[in-house]
Parts: sequence; C-alpha cells; structure tokens
Amino acid sequence: MRTVIKHRLFWPVAMLILLIVINTVARSQFASITIRDGRLYGALIDILRQSAPLMLVALGMTIVIATRGIDLSVGAVMAVSGAVALTIIDGSTDPNQLGVVVLAVVVAILVSLLLGVWNGFLVSVLGIQPIIATLVLMLAGRGVALLITEGFITTVNSTPFEYISTGYLLLLPFAFFIWVAAVAAVGLIERRSALGVLTEAVGINPEASRLAGVRSRGIIWSAYAASAILSGVAGLIYASNIKAADANAAGQFIELYAILAVVVGGTSLMGGKFSIAGTVVGVLIIQTLESSILFLGVSPAQSPVFFALVVVLVVIIQSPTLHRYARRLTRSARQASEHASDLEPTG
Amino acid sequence: MTTVEKAAEVRGQASGPYRVFMSRRASLLPTLTAVAILILLFIGAEIFLRGDFITPRNISALLLDNAYLLILAVGMTFVIMTGGIDLSVGSVMAFTGIWLASLLEAGTSLAIAIPAVMVGGALVGLLIGILVQFFDVQPFIASLAGLFLARGLAYVVSLNSILVENDAVLSLQSTRFQIGDWYITPTGILALVVTLIGTYVMQYTRFGRTTYAIGGNPQASLMGLKVARTTVSVYVISGVCGGLAGLVLTAYSGAGYPRNGIGTELDVIAAVVIGGTVLTGGRGYVLGSMVGVFVYGTIKTIISFMGAEQSWMQIIIGALLLLFIVVQRAIVARSVRRT
Repeated sequence: MRTVIKHRLFWPVAMLILLIVINTVARSQFASITIRDGRLYGALIDILRQSAPLMLVALGMTIVIATRGIDLSVGAVMAVSGAVALTIIDGSTDPNQLGVVVLAVVVAILVSLLLGVWNGFLVSVLGIQPIIATLVLMLAGRGVALLITEGFITTVNSTPFEYISTGYLLLLPFAFFIWVAAVAAVGLIERRSALGVLTEAVGINPEASRLAGVRSRGIIWSAYAASAILSGVAGLIYASNIKAADANAAGQFIELYAILAVVVGGTSLMGGKFSIAGTVVGVLIIQTLESSILFLGVSPAQSPVFFALVVVLVVIIQSPTLHRYARRLTRSARQASEHASDLEPTG
Repeated sequence: MTTVEKAAEVRGQASGPYRVFMSRRASLLPTLTAVAILILLFIGAEIFLRGDFITPRNISALLLDNAYLLILAVGMTFVIMTGGIDLSVGSVMAFTGIWLASLLEAGTSLAIAIPAVMVGGALVGLLIGILVQFFDVQPFIASLAGLFLARGLAYVVSLNSILVENDAVLSLQSTRFQIGDWYITPTGILALVVTLIGTYVMQYTRFGRTTYAIGGNPQASLMGLKVARTTVSVYVISGVCGGLAGLVLTAYSGAGYPRNGIGTELDVIAAVVIGGTVLTGGRGYVLGSMVGVFVYGTIKTIISFMGAEQSWMQIIIGALLLLFIVVQRAIVARSVRRT
C-alpha cells in the first residue's frame, strides 16, 4: 500500500478516478457507452476524441519541460499548421482528393518542423531563455498564420480532411488513434533508448551533462522540433474539427492548458525527471474536468475559475513548503503518541 | 598603490569618456537603444508619410491610446525586476474593467466602486505573490493561475459587454486639456503619474533598491533585506496597476467587456523588454518601460497609417523582441565576463 501511495502517478490517477466517479454519480449517462453503426458513442468516448489536440501538445511540452525549457509557441504553431493545410486544400482543384489532403498534411507538418527548428536554434545555439525565445514565435506566429490565410478564416469541405478529427476506425474515433500512436512513439523513443535518460540529464544539470559528454545542444534542439511537430498535428486536428483555419482562435490558451496538464501529471517545471504516463493522465483529468464543468451548466467562458482553483490546489500540494510542514506535523504527532505510550505503563 | 586602484586601472585600460560610461552604465544601453529606435521610427514615419506623422495630434494620441498599456507596464517592470513574471495583467484588467462597469450599472457610487475594483486587482496580485513567495511556485505558473482566475471572474461578472453611462468615468476620457493642438486627458495624466511614482519608488526608495537586489540575487535576504515582503508587494503592485488599467480602459472604450485584454500580457512583456528591462531581473528602468510602450504604440500607429494588415504588427513586435533579447544577452554576457 505504501509503495502504491508513494508512486508518483498515485495522486494524478486517484484524481482522475475521483473525477470519473463524481461524474458517474452525478449523471448516470456519463459512463454509458452505446454502439451505433459500428461506432462507440458516449461521454467517455468524447473525452478520448476531444483530448487529441491537447494530448499532442502536452506530449511535446513534456519533453521540452524535461530539458528545463518551456514552449509558449505551441498555439501559434497550431494556427500556422492549420492555415498552411487549409490554404493548400482550398487552392486545389479537388479538395476531396486524398492525394491533395496528404500533401497538405505533409507540408503543414514540415512547416511546423521549421518553426520548431527556429525555437530550438534560439534556445540551444543563442542561449536565450526558453520563455522569451518561444514568446517571439508566440507573438509573431499568429501574424504569419494570418498572412497565410490573407486575414480571412479559410473554410473547406474536404471529406478526407474532416476524417482526421471526426472519422472512426474500428469502433473508436480516428483522433484517439492519432494520440495513442504519438504517445507510443514518444514513449518508445524516449524510454526504450537512452534518449530519455539523456534528456533528463540535460534538464537536471545542462553544464554537468555537457561536460560528461552529452550532446545537450542537439537534445534540446530536437525537443523543440518534436514539440512543434506534435503541435502541427494538433493544429491539423483542430482545423479538421471546425473545417476551417482560424488564425486567432486556433490553439488559444492551449500552451497554458498543456503546461497545466504536464504539471498535474507530476513532471516538475524545474526540468529533469519527466513522466509521459503522467502527462496522459493529466490531459485526461483536464478534459474530464472540462466536461464536468460544462455539465454543471457553467458557461465554458467561466470555466477558467475552476481551472485556476485546480492549479492553485495542485501547486500547493506539490510545494516543498507544505511537505516540510506536513512532515513536521506528523513527526510531532508521532512524538506525542510515543510520549503518551511511554507514560501509560507507569500510570 | 592599493589593490582597489590597481583593479580600477586594469579595468579602465582604454579609458575615455565613452568606455567609462559604458563600463559603469552598461544596463542603460538597452534603454538607450529603445530611445534610438523610437526616434528612428518617428523620423522614418515622417519621411515615409511626407510630413504627416509628427503632429501634436498624433503624439498626444500616442499617450491616450496606450495609457492602459503604460500603467500595466509600470507594474510589470516591478515584477520583472525581481526576476518574476506576471501573466495575469491582461485578465486582471478585463476583470476589474467589467466589474467596475457592472457596479456602476447597479448604481454603486464611484467612491465605493473604484476602491473595490482596486482591491480586487490587488487581491489577485496578493494570491500570486503568496504562491510565489511562500509556496515556492514558479512565477510563471502562479500568475497563470491568476490569469485563469481573473479571466473566469470577468465572465462570472458578465458574459456580455456592459455600457458605462457614468459621467465621471467617461469624463476621464472625454475631458481634454488643450494647448494648441496638444492635448492630454485625465487618463493620460493618470498614466504619467503612475509612471512617475513608479520611477520614484524604484530609484529612490529602500523598497526599490530591494526590488533591484532580489532580481540581482534572490539570496539578498542574507544581507538583511526584506525579500518576502518585497516579493509579495511587487505582485500586489502589478495587480493594482491591473485595476487602474481596467478603469482607464473602461473609460477609453466606454464599456466593460470580458474579452478585453486577451494577449495584452504579452504586449506588456514585449514593451517592458523593448524598454530595456532584462527578464532575468535586476536591470532596467521604469522610464525605459515607458519608452518601450511608446515604441510599441508608434509601430501600431504607423501600421494603421500605412493601412497594412494587423498581422504585420504581431510579426514586427516579435522581431523587435528578438532583437532586444539578443542585445540584452550580449550585454549580460559581457558584464558577467567582466566580474
């Protein structure tokens, strides 16, 4: 039992289960899943589908945060990626052709990669603080996206493109498979090779790991590239969901939710040790919370108040000050009880 | 010859007024660069727009249009000086603005409504400050919580915009003290007063010196400085500035709107950085942030004069930010090498 509680995923998983239990008690249809036309429907399935963009972004954010960095530009990259893809599809003669959509997706991801390489260059070569380096693209990126769409919200009707977010594959939403594949790929690369350990080394002490022969520059650079690619895919899913490229609304605030998910999942913002499973749980917590808040009849616009309370709660629970205080409290309690038992026999 | 003199001699090998100035006032360089860019922008716009740009009307409008930004930037300068960051300012401005509008709509008198929204802004700042100082939460995350909280509260107050019909608030904007074509509104005066108070506090008080010291080295408490109190205070100051900016913006737009100020925190941070305050803390000037706000405002005006798309605004601000960060980086690297 002790080892279970000590496990670093204990609190996030407990929180997710608690949320699901509360929801199931509050509304019986929450846990129910129905099959129609060979597809699963239900609130839980919706959560799995809707969490795709945030999941991809948070996954990239986890790796960047592990290198002691942060990537604020993810939302802007999403906007650029969606704008590039939709502009290509919109400009083609036949938007329903699979080849056109594949080309659009590939180009959008390559452009995202380029943006990630730019971020990585600023951080790892020029040595600019990550918050500021990515702030540049966060500001300028939406401008670039607006330039690509020429200031309009580009809309398309393309069946293959819409499939990305609304399509089903083997009972489950296609978007769900995208994020599962991404989690599996990142997990395999980071945990089945030495890359994960090296990333943590760079995050814990960049200078020491450099002196120890770790190519910290390349590792940091590739972290930002990976984050941008994942954000690019997230942007495609978002654009596919609304069938439009909205340069201003795409991925707005997603960097904040992604950072929140990473922190809730138990990865420290100070860099170093990271947990991909923790991030997955963190994203599911946020998505479930969002779904519960909507169910309560609170306007989605007001939901930030709840998230603020969650952030405050989580950071206070994680804070070393509280741990120190709790330790002192339990110690004094134990001492008091020992003292009492000492007194008992004599009395 | 004492060692001190020797060291001074070594440092001042190639002496000369320029070198001496640079070695003693290296932290002024980014701010001077900002001033130079501001002047270049004015000259460039004047030539490009054939003498239509530097007019009393335009320059007066620059202060008027950016008054709320200036107030936010003063508060942000205090926070960044301690090495922190406050992402909540745009949301706090929206929250206090819409709350003020709704209080006035309900018939609350100004004497109660204005202090109430100031306290509201201060409380958000207090929450962030306490999280940062006493729970060791990174400023980025703590102020992120503040951002969410204030934005959500703005929507709790009202989902739609609320018109302000209070004459006293509207007159903050509509009253114009004119000298020829030059004019200034009470909102502009408020922004300038906030800047002057900020400059005085930062440069000439013990609190200001403590703020600089914390940014230079958070271990300043070892020297007996009141780090905890100062750290919490800078976030409260930023929160109060958010409240003031909410008042100014409400007067400016004649309404409270819960979607106001989305992304304003980035504009403010950009203006402060362009004005020469180093993001790691310990170097910079409140007056520099004022220059940064004017650079930001001038670029915005030029873009609207040229009829270019707003998207260029974001790209140019991003590029300028990058330029300044690289300049700062070089300066910090040089001064580290010297010590």
